[in-house]
Amino acid sequence: MSHNGNPGGRQLTLVQAVNDALRTVMREDPSVLVLGEDVGPKGGVFLATEGLTKEFGEERCFDTPLNEDGIVGVGVGLAMAGMKPVCEIQFQDFIFPAFDQIVSEAAKMRYRSGGQYTVPMVIRAPYGGGIRGGLYHSQSGEAYFCHTPGLKVVIPSNPYDAKGLLIASIADPDPVIFLEPKAIYRSFRQEVPEGMYTVPLSQTRTVREGGDAVIFCYGAMVPVCETAAARVAEQRGKSARVVDLRTLLPLDEEAVLQHARDCGRVVVVHEASRFCGFGGEISALIAENAVECLEAPIKRVTGFDTPFPNTLEHYYLPDARRVMDAVEQVLDF
Amino acid sequence: MSPEPFQILDETGRKVGKAPRLKKDLLLKMYRALVDTRAFDDRCMKLQRTGKIGFSIPNKGVEACSVGAAAALDPATDWIAPHYRDFGMLFYHQVSLEGLFDNMYGNCDDGAVGRQMPVHFSFVKPMKLLSISSPLGTQIPQAVGVAMAMKKRGEKGVALASFGDGSTSTPGFHSGMNFAGVFGAPTIFLCQNNQWAISCPSEKQTASESYAMKGEAYGIPGLRVDGNDVLAVYGAVKDAVTRARAGEGPTLIEAVTFRMGGHSTSDDPTRYIEAAVFKEWAKKDPLSRFRAFLLAEGHLTAEDATAFEQDAEARMLAAAQAAEKKPRPGLTTIFTDVYAEMPPHLAAQRDACIQHFTTRGEGVDEKGEFPL
Repeated sequence: MSHNGNPGGRQLTLVQAVNDALRTVMREDPSVLVLGEDVGPKGGVFLATEGLTKEFGEERCFDTPLNEDGIVGVGVGLAMAGMKPVCEIQFQDFIFPAFDQIVSEAAKMRYRSGGQYTVPMVIRAPYGGGIRGGLYHSQSGEAYFCHTPGLKVVIPSNPYDAKGLLIASIADPDPVIFLEPKAIYRSFRQEVPEGMYTVPLSQTRTVREGGDAVIFCYGAMVPVCETAAARVAEQRGKSARVVDLRTLLPLDEEAVLQHARDCGRVVVVHEASRFCGFGGEISALIAENAVECLEAPIKRVTGFDTPFPNTLEHYYLPDARRVMDAVEQVLDF
Repeated sequence: MSPEPFQILDETGRKVGKAPRLKKDLLLKMYRALVDTRAFDDRCMKLQRTGKIGFSIPNKGVEACSVGAAAALDPATDWIAPHYRDFGMLFYHQVSLEGLFDNMYGNCDDGAVGRQMPVHFSFVKPMKLLSISSPLGTQIPQAVGVAMAMKKRGEKGVALASFGDGSTSTPGFHSGMNFAGVFGAPTIFLCQNNQWAISCPSEKQTASESYAMKGEAYGIPGLRVDGNDVLAVYGAVKDAVTRARAGEGPTLIEAVTFRMGGHSTSDDPTRYIEAAVFKEWAKKDPLSRFRAFLLAEGHLTAEDATAFEQDAEARMLAAAQAAEKKPRPGLTTIFTDVYAEMPPHLAAQRDACIQHFTTRGEGVDEKGEFPL
């Protein structure tokens, strides 16, 4: 973790840290623009862009027509022409009209032009369940984007990382899908340094030490897994390591393998549905490269392979008890 | 609602509208671009028919749209977001001829590093000609983004998005037009209405009386021009560029033309277009029309015209032969340019790939024919 910010930061929520990252970068770099639906005077439906239009003007933080294909397509053009657009998609569920621009254009521009044209752009989108948003305000679509070479996919789990990872994403020369766990946008505060600092992409973070099993997770599942690990320690006297992946693509594969080798028992947790989900990739990575270290089959704890429900969302979302059950299963195998 | 397209030269090359006052040099540059475009098109068709390259996109009949529009732009400040039937833009702005054939062959010097099909060019010199995509209409909002970037920086540049009639049905057309209208982006939308999207005629694309009228819904002026009249296209685009540079926003131009061939080398248009239609449009040929005008105005002699054509054919042949001799891109280029910096998992895949193909002692079956 590189840390160049001023010491003595403020206690911020995750969404405030996102706002602080945008403000900090916009002060430093006049080419950074924020665009999206309601990001202007209203400050975004979650207030992630609050105050930016006031401070930087409508030329730099502006509302767009209600059209995700346009937001990202125009963003690709802005980026190719030397700006650094940060596009907000109001909910990740609404990103699919922009899928062609993301997958066919932004992700492939460097490759198909032999590096003549590049798309240094960030697409921010709140993702995940836990807010009673039903089918279309709850999805976790990270796997769609992780399946696309040329993209980077970043998911913070706390305010400090949210700011540092977002600043690193904006500085990155390639398109970054930055998914924000809206369930924990305001659930806790953390000290966040003022000014510029980055958390490098493609580096995992060990959230909780442990050696009897390892739980890989990201986003809003990180606090869930921490709780589960604490309960396993309490009730079973076993230590489960919790690893926040933070960047899913490009993944820090060596770190994942090292944690698997260290612990020998692996649980992967995400709220996205299971089939072809990111947990499958982690499992395959370990199975292909470190199967000899495994003392139990890998367990996945995920959302179900159904659309996302509304009333029963807390039965769909993995909670600490479900994670705990999986950890116990790998411990008892 | 759908007026006759604006014309300066009629089918015989006779002046029927007020011609823009253009210097002889510019007129001849446009003419030579038309000649070069046709010679390139012809050479590529021959290369494809003889199995030297896998694919091409016929440009015959639509060249005046590309050349007329390109001539109205300033390569120092402006950007073009072309589609794949825009050879004329490349020739007017004189990109490297060898670079074009390098792309057709997908060899080691191809700007797209052999990663794209032929005709998916990408150039930054002598002007920005954005990397061409196969998904249609995606370049339209991108051009608007480019235009917005220039406007935000207070630059005088404009962006031209070029596309066919079929692309007006895509989300990209709507997105681009709507954003450009709302933000007053200095963008020129050039819809080359060649009347066919592969085998689907205009009535399958829209119930509107014209494509130009679609501008009205976005608060963007729309006009129709004769797309086989290079001066009419030039004049319309020039006016649109002037408006855009003056901060007066975008323009939609429908250039009415006709594709005198298949959608691609894999398409047989006689399956869905009557022979009589080709005959009718052959009379409206943009190249012979402009030649007749230049001859009548005394800007061109018959000898010069013949010399230009012979010279173009010879240059095409030489460039094609040079490109053909070059090797394909190295195996490692599969893995480069995915990201600015190659991540470890790609480096590992690259190493494994090289290891496999350098030691397996068995060639790769490279057969494969493109169906579209």
